[in-house]
Amino acid sequence: MSARSQRPGFGWAAPATVFFVAFGILPIAIVAYLSLTRWNGLGSPEWAGLENWRALPDDPDALNGIKVTFLLTLLCWLIQTPVSLLLGVWSAGRQRSRAILSTVFFLPLLLSTTAIALTWLSFLDPNFGLAASLGGSSLLSSPHQALYAVAFVIAWQFVPFHTLLYQAAARQIPTSMYEDAELAGANTLRQFFAITLPQLRNTIIASSVLIVVGSLTYFESILLLTGGGPGTATRVLPLHMYIKGFVGFDMGFASALAVLLVAVGTLLSVLIVRSTGYYRMASDREGFL
Amino acid sequence: MRHARLARGVVCVIAAAGLFATSGCGAVLGTAGPAAGSRNRIQVWALQDPQNQPVIEAGIRAYNRSAIIGAELLTYVNDAYKQKLQVSMGSPNPPDVFFNWGGGNLAQFVRAGNVVDLTTRLERDPNANIFLDSVMKVGQVDGRQYGLPMNGIQPVVLFYNKKVFADARVKPPTTFDELLSLVDIFKDRDITPIALPGAQGWTELMYLEYLLDRVGGPEKFAAIAADKPDAWRDPAVLRALTMCQDLAKRGAFGKNFASINYDNTGASRLFATGKAAMFLMGSWEYSSQASNNPEFVRSGNLGWVPFPKVDGGAGDPKNVVGNPSNYFSVTSRSSHRDAAVNFVVSMVTSKEYISALIDAGQVPAVKGVDKQLATSANADFATFTYRMVADAKAFTQSWDQALSPSVASELLTNLQKLFLSDISPQQFVTAMEKAK
Repeated sequence: MSARSQRPGFGWAAPATVFFVAFGILPIAIVAYLSLTRWNGLGSPEWAGLENWRALPDDPDALNGIKVTFLLTLLCWLIQTPVSLLLGVWSAGRQRSRAILSTVFFLPLLLSTTAIALTWLSFLDPNFGLAASLGGSSLLSSPHQALYAVAFVIAWQFVPFHTLLYQAAARQIPTSMYEDAELAGANTLRQFFAITLPQLRNTIIASSVLIVVGSLTYFESILLLTGGGPGTATRVLPLHMYIKGFVGFDMGFASALAVLLVAVGTLLSVLIVRSTGYYRMASDREGFL
Repeated sequence: MRHARLARGVVCVIAAAGLFATSGCGAVLGTAGPAAGSRNRIQVWALQDPQNQPVIEAGIRAYNRSAIIGAELLTYVNDAYKQKLQVSMGSPNPPDVFFNWGGGNLAQFVRAGNVVDLTTRLERDPNANIFLDSVMKVGQVDGRQYGLPMNGIQPVVLFYNKKVFADARVKPPTTFDELLSLVDIFKDRDITPIALPGAQGWTELMYLEYLLDRVGGPEKFAAIAADKPDAWRDPAVLRALTMCQDLAKRGAFGKNFASINYDNTGASRLFATGKAAMFLMGSWEYSSQASNNPEFVRSGNLGWVPFPKVDGGAGDPKNVVGNPSNYFSVTSRSSHRDAAVNFVVSMVTSKEYISALIDAGQVPAVKGVDKQLATSANADFATFTYRMVADAKAFTQSWDQALSPSVASELLTNLQKLFLSDISPQQFVTAMEKAK
């Protein structure tokens, strides 16, 4: 690792840094200040000390929001990772039919979130949608099932993106490794677990970080699909923050929720990256097996 | 070290993207300034509404013909409007005239010193005193007039599908007990007794508003709105909440009400197609049905009655709830304050504006307008609406407009939980006592 001398200087990163400070760090600092105030958007914020933070544990919807957010994050990871991993590896093959089918699979990537949410909303409409013709009961109106419906729609939207990551990564695996394995008599299943999966390790981590951090801030589809309902069954923390801030105009409390989200998101991604050794960016290409 | 080279490439791309974005941003900032909004006119903000908008536009055109400072209309959809208004009111660039709901919504702007007091201007102008008192009251804060009614009265009405009722050989309910037995009858016939777009809490609120009024009278909510201690803890409130929850548990709204939406006309369609027998909704539902399901209205199958009375209840069964009207108010930071006040007063009180409202199917909150309504296109419903409001001893404003936005949003959240039986009426009361 003698890469230090080859690294570009800080000057290269300056424009991005300026941008990040202005649109990333500064707003976070302002929100942190607002979380210590009482403000409904009119006039100037009134200093409130830790009032909003003390009210946080007392808000059943915030606690429920944390629970729902974690559940949704888990669901998203559990659905999206295996599906996109398998699809990605499959579509990395060079057979002709795969290119055509892959194009079909990637289509949701081109649609806007709103279009996707509205389409699924009319499919799942309990009275006039596809769900009504297929049996009547609706996923979206049951407090126990709505979250699964939401996780499914999110997966439908994002699986293509993660598939793309896996496809690219799988194509980077040197074919010599598979040739060796074939000579040694390993079947396809064995090759997948012994070569493909270990070689995709960093991609799995990268994709997982994206899924986890993405799910933590996920918002638009839920707002359009269920509005957080039935009751508060799908009201994730970001949606609760939006409702507090832009429906109830309790900006102070909403800011406290926002700070909480930033903290949890940062913590989780650092945790994943550290625990998996991803931050060392070590390549395990070649020389394995 | 292919790896290091790759990393450098990535950094370069990010840096380039950053540069591009900053320069792009600078260009936008440089040109956007002077183009924004011609402020030598009175800027009027209102909701996007196919029924109201042409009336306001015609009113503005008529006003502009003789005015030195003309007016212009900007419209937004409901939720976006509320956010934009709130943000702009705190900024140095608010509208001159803004649409609002009166009540708590208007009061927070008044308390922040953002709204012009119209009281003395109206006292000087006897011609301006044409509106129903109950409707004017909602445009007042602490006894001073800040808003003037700019469209029709919108009481909540119990609509019913006459064909579905005829098939079941039943009559619309006059008491709450009759309503309950109708629920059972329609359930047996596999028809949703009452359409409820419960994905939006305000549609559930209408039941609580009417039931509390019927059970305990309008004073009970007045106490809540005035933030009196223990107002939520009143036995009448608890009883009304229990009645709401029982209705839902009994199956009055079907199984899927929590995912039915009002804005995409899902509930209205359910009702018009006979899949639901009744629909408790604001009087605007009439014109919405007339444009979305014209056959339903033309065939005469759309019926309407006042909300049933509750036996032994303290409230007068003639009382109504709903939106008394929407209002126009003038911002105090407006650079054309006097012109804007003149514009509002002269437009909303002009004969042409009121006639245009009636032609658009609205019932203006104007005294003695019923003679004019009797000859209008929707005479039956318009006269019914007018009589209902004119005869009512009390017209309670929709709670979500009367209360402050933060309390109102808590109210709607808890109401949705109550209808789903996620919480008990007692837990509802405890939760609302904490809201502020």
